[in-house]
Amino acid sequence: MEFGIVELSRLQFALTAMYHFLFVPLTLGLSVVIAIMETVYVMTNRPIWRQMTKFWGTLFGINFVLGVATGITMEFQFGMNWSYFSHYVGDIFGAPLALEGLMAFFMEATFVGLFFFGWDKLSKVGHLIVTWLVAIGSNFSALWILIANGWMQNPVGAEFNPMTMRMELTDFYEVMFNSVAQAKFVHTVSAGYVTAAVFVLGVSAWYLLKNRHIELARRSITVAAAFGLASAFSVVLLGDESGYDATLNQKMKLAAIEGMWETEPAPAPFTVFGFPDQEARETHFAIHVPYVMGLIGTRSLTTEIPGIAQLVDEGENRIRSGLIAYDALMHIREARQTADPAELARFEAHSDDLGFAFLLRKYLDDPREASDEQIRMAAEDTVPRVWPLFWAFRIMVGLGFGFIATMIYFFYLASFKGMRFPRPALHLAVWMIPAPWIAAEMGWIVAEFGRQPWTVDGVLPTAMSVSALSITEVALTLAGFILFYTVLFVVEVSLMLKYIRKGPVQDVEETEAWFATHYDRLGGRRESAALATPAE
Amino acid sequence: MILHTLIDYDVLRVIWWVLLGVLLIGFALTDGFDMGVGALLPFAARTDIERRVAINTVGPVWEGNQVWFILGGGAIFAAWPPLYAVSFSGFYLAMFVILAALIVRPVAFKYRSKRDGARWRATWDWALCASGAIPALLFGVAVGNVIQGVPFLFTDDLHTLYQGAWYTKFVGLLDPFSLLAGVVSLSMLVMHGGAWLTLKAEGAVRDRARRFGSVAALIALAGYALAGLWMAYGIEGYRIVGAYTTTAASNPLQFEVERSASWLSAYAEHPWIMIAPALAFAGGILTFFGLRAGREVSTLLFSKLSILGVISSVGLTMFPFILPSSSDPRSSLTVWNASSSHLTLFVMLVSTVIFMPLILAYTAWVYKVLWGKVTEDDVTGKSDSVY
Repeated sequence: MEFGIVELSRLQFALTAMYHFLFVPLTLGLSVVIAIMETVYVMTNRPIWRQMTKFWGTLFGINFVLGVATGITMEFQFGMNWSYFSHYVGDIFGAPLALEGLMAFFMEATFVGLFFFGWDKLSKVGHLIVTWLVAIGSNFSALWILIANGWMQNPVGAEFNPMTMRMELTDFYEVMFNSVAQAKFVHTVSAGYVTAAVFVLGVSAWYLLKNRHIELARRSITVAAAFGLASAFSVVLLGDESGYDATLNQKMKLAAIEGMWETEPAPAPFTVFGFPDQEARETHFAIHVPYVMGLIGTRSLTTEIPGIAQLVDEGENRIRSGLIAYDALMHIREARQTADPAELARFEAHSDDLGFAFLLRKYLDDPREASDEQIRMAAEDTVPRVWPLFWAFRIMVGLGFGFIATMIYFFYLASFKGMRFPRPALHLAVWMIPAPWIAAEMGWIVAEFGRQPWTVDGVLPTAMSVSALSITEVALTLAGFILFYTVLFVVEVSLMLKYIRKGPVQDVEETEAWFATHYDRLGGRRESAALATPAE
Repeated sequence: MILHTLIDYDVLRVIWWVLLGVLLIGFALTDGFDMGVGALLPFAARTDIERRVAINTVGPVWEGNQVWFILGGGAIFAAWPPLYAVSFSGFYLAMFVILAALIVRPVAFKYRSKRDGARWRATWDWALCASGAIPALLFGVAVGNVIQGVPFLFTDDLHTLYQGAWYTKFVGLLDPFSLLAGVVSLSMLVMHGGAWLTLKAEGAVRDRARRFGSVAALIALAGYALAGLWMAYGIEGYRIVGAYTTTAASNPLQFEVERSASWLSAYAEHPWIMIAPALAFAGGILTFFGLRAGREVSTLLFSKLSILGVISSVGLTMFPFILPSSSDPRSSLTVWNASSSHLTLFVMLVSTVIFMPLILAYTAWVYKVLWGKVTEDDVTGKSDSVY
């Protein structure tokens, strides 16, 4: 692969987005976990639950700030590195980003300050409301950014305007309730909840192994296992597959994930394992499970899933149709205000395929002069690289089932076995902490790498979306981000570890006082373990 | 949907031009004092406890304040996509420096007091100072460049091209007039930070903040006056020539534009816009005396009025231009050719009308809850709940 401005810009976007998403899922999930813990505190008035809220809140804060900081990069990068994209779809794509600020960022950022600083300044219920507003704000921001992302996968509610040379909004409602966006939202937010559940479970398991903060750890495990069980089911069952029949490219993505080179008779088998070979168009050493792919991909026994070869042919037809639109558009642009109605009609008839003509821009300046061979090459370009998708998807799904199993197991022990966790299980929980991050990053690889060669599916090719920058400029900022983000990552992880080792701050006097007043109701059982914090 | 045609396209465009100003001013008024406090930190606060007091005066609010900037970016993207596309990629390395500052700043706030080492804290203190001062300077530099015009042009299919190699693109931003504009914005925000510390801090920190703040107010006033004279005699403005419509589709290449006369001829055409520079001067002078006298609430208010005057004077003077092009004036972005579609502007206006009052209400409530001075007692021994 030649390393030009497009590849560098893509690398920069991928790195900064994946780095940003190291912090986002934990923010999404932990904000809700904390709000649940504080709700229990307000309902039961037991100080241990406030200590839990504060302890997990401290870890939340260390993580949250990097999510915010690295998120600014994302919002600016569209304009900095992808200025033609910004011009071409800003009319639609900008709105959810602005709404994210209006509805979500202001809410979470304004109240997160009070969450940390407001313990002594607000009533109990007042503070609880603030905590919930932080959680709701965080989750709303996920909604809006995924509406923007969903539109890139399935661009509904918009059409091309030859006068302004860009896509323009025709129906905001369609953009907002885009089926792909909604499925993505549920999937992504659930993934965040699983991340927080595994994190809380793992850290608590570590405390149990070290025999520290027993009461905090046990209660945290109860919350994490219940919350994690529900979200692990939701993340797997409500995966964003529902959108895979929406567009040609989504079908292509599905075929690539499956390594399905040719259309198979329905219901198609699922390839559990194999080595996809892009050149030979076959998957070596494939192990198939009959019927499964057809069932999960189409939820029917008779619907065919098109294979890659068939989709490439469809792509070629659309390129030829797009060339008619492109030719008409050039005539309309030349004529300015006095465009010929016949040209306008010709453009309208083929405007849906305009983006496919742009695929030829990679090979020559004027797509209208393309040879048959170049058109064939451009059609082949609509196939993303198969092996990264194939493997990323399998790792993600495998981990997803792993989370369900873990959560069922811990939920069972916590609810019915009196919290007697075997030590190997606790070790497993600690080692599992990185797993949800791996699954989430794999999920993004499937979603965004699978969208190639488009930035906006079928509308705008990636190669055409970049800014006219020099390699030096992009290389400089890329180097800057890598250096900068590495330092921040080391600092954040070291602080996380420091505060996990330090453990919760327990107000001994208050806890003692609480147990004294509730001594009778608890049947004489002194939960002295709540205070047992061995000296460090 | 036909509802959006209830408001004419050109009216919506003017509303969004005003809202763009509101967002920039909102950012300068709120995050401005955070940056000012950051820039003042190593000078106004000397000991660790003093610095923690200074940091904690903005501790609970900087996060919300910064959203003004993020929303500003989002709103430019949504309402003025060509402006977003051209300015963010055209000022590429300068944007990266601002971005770096905006990433370091939150981390510095949050992490500084999480460890005890003197070197750890000193490092973050300087990070706070730089991440406050550098963007404050660069925002002004950017405005200085916009006033003089930026070297970019559109191709026929609206790709943006820029003039010059990457280093001239970056170093070229730092011409004398733009640096002067940068000094104005930096000193203005330092003045604002000084007014904020006067209100929220006590003792030595407050005294030093008053002193630095009043010096900054004088520099801002002198710089602003000098920039005005410079614009009157040394910089040509831009004009749209010939007949044009204000409701046509947003095609940036549709107007003929020429450079002639001074930007300041706008004051001859619309004398009422004198109110903006008048506010800037009056606010600045009153802030200076307020800081000298140690008044608190009124000084912060005057400082806000001054910033409001400075920023709106730039916008009003240049109207309808938003980003003039010095290398190809025809490519200049104006209110009439660089907006989103009619429908998008309408949808965004409805959302803003619903959410902006809510945002202002809960932000005001948060400031009310946090009302009062931050003292040394407030931060001693509370490293888990405050910075």
